[in-house]
Amino acid sequence: MTLAGTLSSQSTLPAARTRRRGWLRRHPMAAVGILVLTVYVLAALFGPLLVGDPLRTSPSEAMQAPSAEHWFGTDRFGRDVFTRAVVAARLDVVVGIVIALVAAVAGSVIGVIAGYFGGVVDEVVMRVTDVLLAFPGFVLALILVAVLGNSVPNVVIAVAIAYSPYFVRLTRARALAEREREYVDAARLAGNRQWQIALRHVMPNSLGPAFTQATMVAGWAVLDVAGLAFLGIGIQPPTAEWGVMVAEGANDVISGAWWTALFPGALIVLLALAFQLIGDDLQGDQR
Amino acid sequence: MGRYLSRRAVTTAITLLGIVVVVFFVVRVLPGDAAVLRAGPYADAERLAQVRAQYGLDAPLYQQFWTYLTGVLSGDLGTSTVSNRPVVSELLVRLPASLELGLYAVGLACLIGIPMGVLAAARQGGMVDRLVRIGVITGSSMALFWLGLLLIYVFFYRLGWFPGPIDRLPVGVEPPPHLTGLYTVDALLTGQPALAWQSLRSLMLPVLTLTVVLVAPVLKMVRQSMIEALRSDYVRTARAMGMPTREVLLRDGLRNALLPVITAIGIVFGYMLGGNIIVETLFSWPGMGRYAYQSIQNSDLEALQGFVIFVGVMYVLLNVLIDVLYGLIDPRIRLGGKASS
Repeated sequence: MTLAGTLSSQSTLPAARTRRRGWLRRHPMAAVGILVLTVYVLAALFGPLLVGDPLRTSPSEAMQAPSAEHWFGTDRFGRDVFTRAVVAARLDVVVGIVIALVAAVAGSVIGVIAGYFGGVVDEVVMRVTDVLLAFPGFVLALILVAVLGNSVPNVVIAVAIAYSPYFVRLTRARALAEREREYVDAARLAGNRQWQIALRHVMPNSLGPAFTQATMVAGWAVLDVAGLAFLGIGIQPPTAEWGVMVAEGANDVISGAWWTALFPGALIVLLALAFQLIGDDLQGDQR
Repeated sequence: MGRYLSRRAVTTAITLLGIVVVVFFVVRVLPGDAAVLRAGPYADAERLAQVRAQYGLDAPLYQQFWTYLTGVLSGDLGTSTVSNRPVVSELLVRLPASLELGLYAVGLACLIGIPMGVLAAARQGGMVDRLVRIGVITGSSMALFWLGLLLIYVFFYRLGWFPGPIDRLPVGVEPPPHLTGLYTVDALLTGQPALAWQSLRSLMLPVLTLTVVLVAPVLKMVRQSMIEALRSDYVRTARAMGMPTREVLLRDGLRNALLPVITAIGIVFGYMLGGNIIVETLFSWPGMGRYAYQSIQNSDLEALQGFVIFVGVMYVLLNVLIDVLYGLIDPRIRLGGKASS
């Protein structure tokens, strides 16, 4: 970064700050989303330190309804649902964000390369994304985890693969447009290599839509990971994870014990909702 | 039109081939030793050799792929290791159950989504528009399994309005004779309205669950394309000529806005194929999605792989159908001849 760049960014700083504050005021839904997300991130950071052991069973206290002692009640092993739900925040929040990041980074790099270089590379990349998009994403992730084996990293890889084609398409379209801009010619005349131009100049300018998309994908990824866990794929019991907890509590609901499944499920939906609220307002700004 | 169709046929064939390649790669190449995956971690050398011979895993990879591809092309999606029956016939038996659930859910989503989307577009920023925006955000952040459980708790356990999450009919009720496989239709065709009503009641909760999620993309698409249609020259002209608002909305706006909506319905159907696994599992609905769930539970990889190919092929063919319909309705597409990549 040059001195001029640093200076100019400093001089615009106060303006940028008020602009950002104004943005939140004009977008109350995104503000609510950010607030909720902050609570989740705090719970992910500090929650596991504040509550007890999520695996501690206590048969004498099994299936108790929510009370002052057990805020979310207890499950059939007498485990405290609130404790498990809080501990699960770390896993679920991190997994959702990591999936979105992996899909966005991998997809965007491939998309920029395809869009910038064009030709055979582009053709191959587009055909591959066509095929990947020919499967419903959830089904693709499902068979990938079924083959790779049940583990958290495998779930992350599988769901990220299912979402990466969207980022490839998005950034490719932007890169195609950016390629024709003057700064690319300038960079080329200044003697930069093609790869450098693609990744260091074109890519940063093609990432806008991908960033917005990534917020929404983070929400959907949380839903997908929990959905897979609900089907018994990926994250396994007795891990404290919201989807696992819903799966374990699903049968309780039919007999009236709603708290074991509905509390952790509500936490999944609320987290996904927070990401959607932010993404929706960001998307509105881009149009 | 002929050229359009033939080009579409070629790209479809490539995508279908791609599906087979991807699934083959995932189930045969990715897992290191495909025999271990099928025989289980505790199988001895003898059992492994047996499994290799059974699935032809001892042949070179290109030969395996060829056998695999010709099998799929002749409609062979493998044999279930649990039931020892062809996966295709097991899926086809379950297709009507999934189809009935899906058709009602997509139908209801359109019934709600199209008029609401039109109204939202007609008065941007108004009450309906705000409601639609909330609906879209809620629908796209909803967890099917949670919503389903919530509905089961409220409408089955608390209020007792609908039957519990078991099968397509309450226990002990005879299904109608098989005509279409859709119970509600078959019951009506054979003159048993009471039975049709019963199966409709069993359908209600799973359909409602799916609809909340499916209505989001429909609303979004209808609103967006309607706004674009209303901004167009022909709508402005119609307005300028003093046509009544209702007529402009319905005749000029909606008719043109419906084209992208057809695409949205295709997307919704495709989504439903995946989402159905969760809903069918939750409601013990005997469809293809529940079959996929059971094959996961039984580690029946052959059955799961057959399901994935089946779903992929259905999804692609559905999109082709929609594209062709689109081409028939809108002459610009088939005459334009623009490559779509």
